[in-house]
Amino acid sequence: MSKRFLYVNRKAPYGTIYALESLEVVLIGAAFEQDVSLAFLDDGVFQLTRGQQTDELGVKNFSPTYKALGDYDVNKIYVERESLEARGLTLDDLLPLTYEDEDDDWAEKDSIKLVSAAELAEIMEAQDVVLSF
Amino acid sequence: MLHTVNKSPLDRNALESCIKHVVQGSAVLLIEDGVYGAMQGTQKSPMVESAMKEVSFYVIGPDLKARGIDESRVIDGIDIIDYNGFVDLVEEYDKTQSWL
Repeated sequence: MSKRFLYVNRKAPYGTIYALESLEVVLIGAAFEQDVSLAFLDDGVFQLTRGQQTDELGVKNFSPTYKALGDYDVNKIYVERESLEARGLTLDDLLPLTYEDEDDDWAEKDSIKLVSAAELAEIMEAQDVVLSF
Repeated sequence: MLHTVNKSPLDRNALESCIKHVVQGSAVLLIEDGVYGAMQGTQKSPMVESAMKEVSFYVIGPDLKARGIDESRVIDGIDIIDYNGFVDLVEEYDKTQSWL
């Protein structure tokens, strides 16, 4: 029986290893056909910013990998509105993440859903398993 | 004195504490996740803008770039430098304090 898994991302990328580790766990977990959701709040919203270029730092830019999540049926990506606003960001600053909806003639749809903190609290409550990064 | 801050001001209080302990003529250098402190329009930018009246602020360009922060979004008056500039600052000031 499939369980509801939520991965909670609260850290900025590159400063610590949490963001990359979370993404790797999500991709591994996706192979087990569970009901997966991702939440990005606090500094975690910085993981999804467009235009990351790490060549001068000599570390891997893993942000393009988020675009592959749709192909792994990971298409519930919740971004907290309050966290974006506190950082002077809008949805336009984030990567365009999409998936093809098999129940709707493979129409391309947005994976990112902007939610309030209160809505995110409900989403957290509705899970079977919550993994924090 | 040169102060370096490598934590996001929206996650930790390293930058806030640093700003409370700097004296006029000092410099604050934002590195790694500290570069989020150089962004305009965040909850913390008013704190930085006010501190800039007393001390000079610098930020590492490659750290901004890695995080997708365009130079146009950096607070006006913060100097964007590279790693050679980092070395120059360390040489210019008699000592360095890291706010970890």
